[in-house]
Amino acid sequence: MTTIWHRIRGRRGDEPGLSCEQLVELVTSYLEDSLSKSERRRFESHIGACSACTDYLDQLRETIAVVGKIEPDDLSGEMKGELLSAFRGWPRD
Amino acid sequence: MDGTEETYAPPPGQAEVVAALRAGDERAFAALMDEHGAAMLRVARMYVSSRAVAEEVVQEAWLGVISGIGRFEGRSSLKTWIFRILSNRAKTRGEREGRTLPFSSLEGVDANGEERAVDADRFGNEGQWRSGPSRWSELPENRLVAKETISVAQTAIDGLSEAQRTVITLRDIEGWSPEEIRNALGLSETNQRVLLHRARAKVRQALESYLEEGRL
Repeated sequence: MTTIWHRIRGRRGDEPGLSCEQLVELVTSYLEDSLSKSERRRFESHIGACSACTDYLDQLRETIAVVGKIEPDDLSGEMKGELLSAFRGWPRD
Repeated sequence: MDGTEETYAPPPGQAEVVAALRAGDERAFAALMDEHGAAMLRVARMYVSSRAVAEEVVQEAWLGVISGIGRFEGRSSLKTWIFRILSNRAKTRGEREGRTLPFSSLEGVDANGEERAVDADRFGNEGQWRSGPSRWSELPENRLVAKETISVAQTAIDGLSEAQRTVITLRDIEGWSPEEIRNALGLSETNQRVLLHRARAKVRQALESYLEEGRL
């Protein structure tokens, strides 16, 4: 799929547009809200016109959601038991 | 942002937890272990050579929490304080093992390395998608919540570098803020984000291969 939108100009016309290849490297910064205002504007203006990159961004959001369903690891019951008895036995005033 | 502690206000409920711990409330202590235990193992694992040593470090850190809670002054969150104790012990232990610290050599390598979020051959000469990503919302229902899909993500995470694995685990499984991660691991903002970016991109690739198998 080739899109004519990969070189969209920023809204003010003086900023070069992002390519799709550049955009995918900014997705984490975008989702973590750490882009500058002008980077964010360029990002959003590309996304607004490029369905492939919109699909990519959605995939990343889904990826984060899937990872979020992984059960966190846990300490062993044995270690917890030992620590609880250390806690119990600690002198208090 | 190192100055945040000056204007620090403890999270709601923290004072009660600290009081319960000081009073010897075992349920409060057990809840705290459930809340932070796994992440402590993760963080410790970054500094030392094996899971077994990491477990020892975590145990030592908890003993430090037990003996130090009476002196906890509440100038940072309890979580920050616990992880500072942990990082200090893990660092000491790692140094004794002669291990180089995991992030010290990363700044240049991982941040500027050639690892790409998406294979270069997916893009044309001007950086446009050659074959665009598929629309996962069009997948059969439940595909993204299936156990098998989740285990594909888990396997992908297991295959990451230790640093990438730790960052994505803390951020996306344990739900830490980027700032909490930077503090516990002594990472720069850029490095933390680059590690997360690479990690998420690799998990996405693994999911893409898995979800799109047999659809062509």
